[in-house]
Amino acid sequence: MSTAREMAAAVRAGERTAREITEGALAAVAARDGEVHAFLTVLADEALAQADAVDAAVAQGRDPGPLAGVPVALKDNLCTRGIPTTCGSRILEGWRPPYDATVVRLLRDAGAIALGKTNMDEFAMGSSTENSAYGPTRNPHCLGRVPGGSSGGSAAAVAAGFAPLGLGSDTGGSIRQPAALCGVVGMKPTYGRVSRYGLVAFASSLDQIGPFAADVDDAALLFDVIAAHDPCDTTSLRIESPPTVRPSGSGVEGVRVGLCPDLIEGCAPDVVARVHEAAEALAAAGAKVEEIRVPEFGYGLSAYYLIAPAEASSNLARYDGVRYGLRVDAEDAGAMNTATRTAGFGAEVKRRIMLGTYALSAGYYDAYYAQAQRVRTMVVQAFERAYTSVDVLLGATAPTTAFKLGDKVDDPMAMYMNDVCTIPSNLAGHPALSLPFGTGDDGLPVGVQVLAPALAEGLLFQVARAVEAAAPEAGGSA
Amino acid sequence: MSEDVAWETVIGLEVHCELATQTKLFCGCRNAFGEEPNTNICPVCLGLPGSLPVLNAQAVELAMRIGTALHCEIRPSSFARKNYFYPDQAKDYQISQYDEPINASGSLELPDGTTVGVTRAHLEEDTGKLTHVGASGRINSAHHALVDYNRSGVPLVEIVSEPDMRSSIEARSYASELRGILVATDASDGRMEEGSMRIDANVSVRPVGTTTFGTRCEIKNLNSLRSLGRAIEYEVARQIALIEGGGSVDQETRHWDEAAGRTESMRSKEEANDYRYFPEPDLVPLVPDAAWQERVRVAMGPMPADRRAGLVALLPGPATQAQSDQIRAVVDLGLDGWVSTMVTGGLRIDVALARAANEVAAEGEKGLELVRAANDLATKADKGFEISSNPFTTIVAMESGGELSATQSKALLSASVQAISASIEAGQPMAAALTGYDSRAQAKELGFEALGADALSKVVAQVIAEHPEEWKRYVAGDEGVKKKLSGLFTGQIMRATSGKANGAEVAAELARLAG
Repeated sequence: MSTAREMAAAVRAGERTAREITEGALAAVAARDGEVHAFLTVLADEALAQADAVDAAVAQGRDPGPLAGVPVALKDNLCTRGIPTTCGSRILEGWRPPYDATVVRLLRDAGAIALGKTNMDEFAMGSSTENSAYGPTRNPHCLGRVPGGSSGGSAAAVAAGFAPLGLGSDTGGSIRQPAALCGVVGMKPTYGRVSRYGLVAFASSLDQIGPFAADVDDAALLFDVIAAHDPCDTTSLRIESPPTVRPSGSGVEGVRVGLCPDLIEGCAPDVVARVHEAAEALAAAGAKVEEIRVPEFGYGLSAYYLIAPAEASSNLARYDGVRYGLRVDAEDAGAMNTATRTAGFGAEVKRRIMLGTYALSAGYYDAYYAQAQRVRTMVVQAFERAYTSVDVLLGATAPTTAFKLGDKVDDPMAMYMNDVCTIPSNLAGHPALSLPFGTGDDGLPVGVQVLAPALAEGLLFQVARAVEAAAPEAGGSA
Repeated sequence: MSEDVAWETVIGLEVHCELATQTKLFCGCRNAFGEEPNTNICPVCLGLPGSLPVLNAQAVELAMRIGTALHCEIRPSSFARKNYFYPDQAKDYQISQYDEPINASGSLELPDGTTVGVTRAHLEEDTGKLTHVGASGRINSAHHALVDYNRSGVPLVEIVSEPDMRSSIEARSYASELRGILVATDASDGRMEEGSMRIDANVSVRPVGTTTFGTRCEIKNLNSLRSLGRAIEYEVARQIALIEGGGSVDQETRHWDEAAGRTESMRSKEEANDYRYFPEPDLVPLVPDAAWQERVRVAMGPMPADRRAGLVALLPGPATQAQSDQIRAVVDLGLDGWVSTMVTGGLRIDVALARAANEVAAEGEKGLELVRAANDLATKADKGFEISSNPFTTIVAMESGGELSATQSKALLSASVQAISASIEAGQPMAAALTGYDSRAQAKELGFEALGADALSKVVAQVIAEHPEEWKRYVAGDEGVKKKLSGLFTGQIMRATSGKANGAEVAAELARLAG
């Protein structure tokens, strides 16, 4: 399959049609998504209509945009006007938003084709996509394994070659961890670079939309389209920055790379080995690699599992059966709320609502929520200190390669540990990217993670390209 | 507790004021009252998944005006979420200001000079409106409920007072003065009957001379100043009776039942929600800079207290109680500009005050609007005051100059309002209807021409002849007797002249004849 860059260039030049590309993507989905289950909704008719509009523009001599004719898989927590948006939950079954998320509009304006809505852990809570109310997604490299989560559907769609690009959301690692497990590139931008308007909230101060792609340059191409100031999102930054797409192979001569044991220790030996190989590759390319300890990262997980559930407990209160989505009738309004939420939410969502409600309760707020915010500040300061001596950090993305379906569903703590390396960037609001670098002992992809300071996406992509250039060919499917 | 303990009432008020903005607090929907239900709604004020709030700058500006008028410190502030489930609440949390309100530590001076502390005045969003359909209309027995989200997200400022008031009269005075300030700042229309201003009262009692507060109850559903006064009085009596009967007051929220004239328990302290406040992550801190605060301060007009002082300064001497009351009414009605221009134009202040405070007030909102508009026209058109250009001023001038009696003046004001309103309803523009109206012609039409001196003398003589005994007592009597009997004669004379006689002239004629 060609890259998104090649597709868009061919469509803009009139060498290929968007229809032909979209039909190809739909055929691939029809052939294999039965076993992968990356999509909850495939937008066959809509995608073809969009493709025809792109082709018509080209025929009339108009430029449809930088993503002309490129199919994109959208995580099902991005609002799409008139198209079901479930967040992987029963409680939103059948709900059709009356509006498009800002990123969905930006994609359309850039000529992209919305191929479908992808599976996810319910309300983005999970690391395996097994928490979807609509059944799990399977890892295209090995159907007995999970694709990671919560954006497992988008990661799998790109890994399976259904679409060259995908959008996910990353609250504690939900783009980077499935990217690692599926052997694709996944990137979380700086908080505020991409509008959250129309992203169904999990934890508002941590959520950020970002790209999935088969390679670093495609991820950068998609990032450039979605990174824009949006007056509908108060936390959206007013930043004008140069496009981050550049020719592959940009050098890292003199770039200071901090190899961070606190983002590596505790990972499986094969994962640790790949990260060290990536560091060596960067050193060989001219980067100055040094080891740097950031012990505060170890507290990130605990802080995250108080802050994120606290915000979620409030964000998810609106699913009360009154205005939209599921309603289970009962004798009065309060009983109806309870019956609806009992039937509509899965176990993990309920667990986090209870955790978050507790953390915010009178008498516990200071010990839990406020304390977690202090730890968050500490993590931010630790990053600042680290970035006085290095330009980027390098570590693992996930502790292991893709694990087996069902392995961790009954052990929430083991599942939460999957996010230990990705959470610090969310707490600080910094950009970070996972890219494939070789395979584990089981032949499945390993992801390495590059972390950069706020707004340093350009540098992040630059270093990632250097790692990518040195990466061994990914192993085949097991 | 002994029988003869004297009790002191302690009252603090929480006033919710709907801001008169064009749009809602966090979205672009229109902020309008009384429209078709669920028409001014969007993903944001419906709390649809994925929607986000964006703060309305006009609401912030109005909140700062309120803070400035209440002598508050305007501070860097932030928003928080107040979490509780209720069907009228689109997100099941309310975005409000919690530990960092935009306005804090202010005060409000009552017309009698008492100062009431203002703890804070913060921004928050309104909820939707629930209508319970069923047996009694009360929530507990309703069959089902309808929700109108037009009000969801309408901007509110909640003004919290210190527990500084000591009587229902003071509480009413505070609410009334605050209402005047809200209107004067253009922050609100102050219409309690439309819910633009809603009051909750915290009431407790304690023995006179003690300094600790008694247990308080919060009273909700106070939709008028009258309800506020009645509810406080009921509640104070209830609490005193409880304590004197050997019981104690439970801290609780109580509902005022206007029809039954009593408060009823809604929920106890134990049943109160734990709102789980935390910082609103979808908004950034609100820090109005010094330049913005200054622009707001400079743009503000005079407050009711300043405007009352302005009228008092026009009086020839110190204000009597009756004049103070009239001045308050005139400022509350927004007619002080009219009165000032009349007095500066040479008319008598007692006549101007009385007609504004009593007769125009009686014409209601329609009459007030016309008089204010006419005054604006007259003052703007000529860059100064001209009696002839304002039909209502002309009437007061005629009375002030003795051409009309008080009774005629009142009748003519009312007739003018009716006639001008009728022209406007018939399609004439307001300005044309006002400037084209001839008060003198209307006076003539009503037969309100001044009674000549000869005609008056004739009538006076005739009335004296009909009441010889009273006249004898009048002539011989002291000041008290004279005053009492002059009422009788004046009344008879007015009846005989169909109200055309001028009261002052009648008094002068009676005095002349009595020698």
